[in-house]
Amino acid sequence: MNLLLVVLLLPLAGFLIALFIPRSSDSASRVWALVISLVTFVASLGLLYYFDRGASGEQFTIDQVWIPSPEIHFHIAADGVSLWLVLLSTFLTPICVLISWNFIHNRAKEFYAFLLLLEFGLAGVFIAQDLFLFYVFWEISLVPMYFLIGIWGHERRIYAALKFFLYTFAGSVLMLAAIIYLYNRTQTFSYSEILEQLASGRLTFAPTEQLLLFLAFFVAFAIKVPLFPLHTWLPDAHVEAPSAGSVMLASVMLKMGTFGILHYCLPLFPSAARQCAPWIAVLAIIGIIYGALVAMVQPNMKKLVAYSSVSHLGFVVLGIFSFTQLGMDGAVYQMLNHGISTGALFALVGLLYERRHSLEIADYGGVATTAPWLSTAFLITTLASIGLPVLNNFVGEFLVLQGTALANYTWAIYAAIGVILSACYMLWMYQRVFYGEASGEVRSHVLDLNLREWAAIVPLIVMMFWMGVYSKAFLDPVGKVNARLLDQTHVNVPFRVQLNPVSLPNSVEAGRAR
Amino acid sequence: MPVNAFFNPADAIRFLPEIILTVVATLLMVLDPLMHRRSSMFGAISLIALAAAAAAAVYAYVAQAGGAFGGMLSVDGFATFFRVLVMVVGILTILPSFRFLARQDAETGEYHSLLLFSIAGQSIMAAANDLIVIFIGIEISSIASYILAGYFRDDKRANEAALKYFLLGSFATAFFLYGVALIYGATGSINLSTVHGVLSGPNAPKEVFVGLAAAMMFVGLGFKISASPFQIWAPDVYQGAPTPISAFLSAGPKAAAFAVFLRIFMTAFEPIGTGWEPLIWGSALLSMTIGNFAALLQSNVKRLLAYSSIAHAGYVLVALTARRDSGVAAAMFYLAAYAFMNIGAFAVVSQLSGKGEEYQSVEDFAGLAQKQPFTAAMLSIFLLSLIGVPLTGGFFGKFYIFKAALESHLVWLTVLGLLNSAVAAYYYLRILVMMYMRDPSEAASRVEPLSPGLRAALILPAVGTLFLGIFPNWVLDFAGRSSTLLR
Repeated sequence: MNLLLVVLLLPLAGFLIALFIPRSSDSASRVWALVISLVTFVASLGLLYYFDRGASGEQFTIDQVWIPSPEIHFHIAADGVSLWLVLLSTFLTPICVLISWNFIHNRAKEFYAFLLLLEFGLAGVFIAQDLFLFYVFWEISLVPMYFLIGIWGHERRIYAALKFFLYTFAGSVLMLAAIIYLYNRTQTFSYSEILEQLASGRLTFAPTEQLLLFLAFFVAFAIKVPLFPLHTWLPDAHVEAPSAGSVMLASVMLKMGTFGILHYCLPLFPSAARQCAPWIAVLAIIGIIYGALVAMVQPNMKKLVAYSSVSHLGFVVLGIFSFTQLGMDGAVYQMLNHGISTGALFALVGLLYERRHSLEIADYGGVATTAPWLSTAFLITTLASIGLPVLNNFVGEFLVLQGTALANYTWAIYAAIGVILSACYMLWMYQRVFYGEASGEVRSHVLDLNLREWAAIVPLIVMMFWMGVYSKAFLDPVGKVNARLLDQTHVNVPFRVQLNPVSLPNSVEAGRAR
Repeated sequence: MPVNAFFNPADAIRFLPEIILTVVATLLMVLDPLMHRRSSMFGAISLIALAAAAAAAVYAYVAQAGGAFGGMLSVDGFATFFRVLVMVVGILTILPSFRFLARQDAETGEYHSLLLFSIAGQSIMAAANDLIVIFIGIEISSIASYILAGYFRDDKRANEAALKYFLLGSFATAFFLYGVALIYGATGSINLSTVHGVLSGPNAPKEVFVGLAAAMMFVGLGFKISASPFQIWAPDVYQGAPTPISAFLSAGPKAAAFAVFLRIFMTAFEPIGTGWEPLIWGSALLSMTIGNFAALLQSNVKRLLAYSSIAHAGYVLVALTARRDSGVAAAMFYLAAYAFMNIGAFAVVSQLSGKGEEYQSVEDFAGLAQKQPFTAAMLSIFLLSLIGVPLTGGFFGKFYIFKAALESHLVWLTVLGLLNSAVAAYYYLRILVMMYMRDPSEAASRVEPLSPGLRAALILPAVGTLFLGIFPNWVLDFAGRSSTLLR
């Protein structure tokens, strides 16, 4: 029995069974969703246990022919990067169920069913080893999110849901064209086989061909990340989505884009990626600073967090396109960190909304006096998001900046401005929401966390500390995958600034030690 | 080519599906005045006849594959595929018709009889290997459909639909016939295989004649498949015709016309392929673009589906532009998937529209998911398939089509086609938005419980759509083998 398959199929089975739960019983469906998502999470912990940390290749492989002609395989496997991303989605799904517990009353059965279907699609995207299968999962994950935003969102939910779907769909059809094109060139959808053909020189691309193919993939991913200037769907989708939708969207779904860039764009089209790297890095830096500046002036908490995501994801893209081991390790780590800390932020903002029914910062103030524990949790999350040492984001941002500095010192300087700005907008929001005089509304409605909410928030906070203090546990498998990836791209960008005059692997260790 | 005998039992078996349909259709006409009360008997008889005809078509292929009547019919895999397809379309048309006709108080034998005649014509088109037989098939199919479009005599829109369909349709058929005459003049034959032989031989006639003939036939067939620029009639006819008939028109005659299109252009006109490729290229792009962009603006669901069907004809033309066997197979697969998803979607419209087809605007779908979650879920499957989301037949159809196009290096057509399908997502999603994200409308509140026929008419296409989306290989495999048999 392949554990990875179990982790993938449990949510799907949960979804199918949830469809048959009687409509009248809200609590049955949410209990079912919680149980199945917890079982999935436990199973995914098994993945961690059995994962061979010494290897850089794929593990838990299943390779079955799905469609004989053209040959499409049901081929799934996890490597050191996708393992963590799968765990991220299995970890967050039960939390999403918990924070939706009392919030979703209208058509609860469908809500939890879609949440499970989303988990299935997301996990599939990260572990598919067949380009066609990857595309299938990529599109499948779109459908439940569309419904989650459109049915259970706030006032402008329909507009946001449509915009979300169309943006992603328009980007991905070009990726489909590129995938088919690759198939016609290679006669296979198997990713590992295409890479093998590339490595052995049997498959080569003309420069323009490679650039166009790279762009077809990259635009699809960049929309999902989202990279400036393709980010405009994100604030709408985030603000209008229900809390659980926002959490899954920010924490896992955006990572589909960065994962895709790292996993597909770089090894498949190394020279086009290198050629475009300066342009993309500039866009990423614009995203970092622009996202932070726009976040600063938002009167709406969710919108603020959404724009902070644009800024944070800019770091990830920058790290990837630094083409250094440090930068790429940092980028992957930052994906996970952003998943935890921004997920927590959206969950906490959702809890505030549940109490006060407003997302406007101006409607709050003095929450710290009425809900001290909620405030403490929020403060820790805020500090994590800013990148305070001991908490998780620090490690990721540091590695990204260091890797970027190795590639191009100027980029690193500009990107570092984003770190400073993030402290400004986050702390300013914290100050306005939690300090000051509590109004009557706040005093009567905004109460402290209850047991269920504790259960949802505490795991996130534990992870923030854990990932901040003991990053080695997480970075080891990631580093192995990235080293292989860098090797595949055959890219050795000359270092502008050699901070540490030892060879690269040692400097990696130096980076991790912090 | 001499005809061997006046009656040849093997030929009779090859022609059995059409015989069954014609006999039963005539019988229904006779029975109509004898049955006094409004009865669902007619529907039941037609269902049995169609099932029998489909079985006969399969049997003919298994037992007696080959040419019939001196090569005028060709009972090959290709023909059998389309024969069975149009009969399945017929069955899926009749299932929702029970309740629909009862609601409008309009159950007659002639409705079903005309339907069977039309399907018999399409069945002939699917198997015909001779230009005159094709023409006869088109006429049988068309004339019955003209009347069916105007089945509600007292309805202004139905009258307009029938008249428009008839006038433009006869005009198009005349073009086709003129093309046939030119081909006969140029090559001395009306048999597709012979024409192919002459055109690819050393004594090929002047290209201007053949080109003109191909263009004429393209006009005639382009009308039948509602390809741009001959698509003008489709929205009005689909809107005015009774809903099950709209569903039928968008799937049955279209699939048969495509069968003829594929057969003529991939066999007879295959030697001049480089000549007609740009023509089809342009028509494909135009159909996709006009269909999708016009559909964005529609508020009537039947009109919306009409424009969407123009766009889908464009996708199939992309497969034809590829000019290769995998393109033919892709077109066959797509037409099957399209028949399922589109008929399913129309079945939901007929369920919702109510007496007198009062409710057919997009707004009327509001809140359907709360009133009838099952119906809404089925329609979601059809719409997602029309969009082309994976694990549905529509997705694999598009995938195979654009794969074939890329094999023929039609990169631009592929990119523009795929972007078109992203545009299309918008108007299908609008219906989903209405169903799931709005409060129930008057129409949704009044919708009656699903009748058994309608339930079957929803479940069967849904199962078909998902089956084609998860195990596409069964159908594609057959299509692939049949597509090489063509020449």
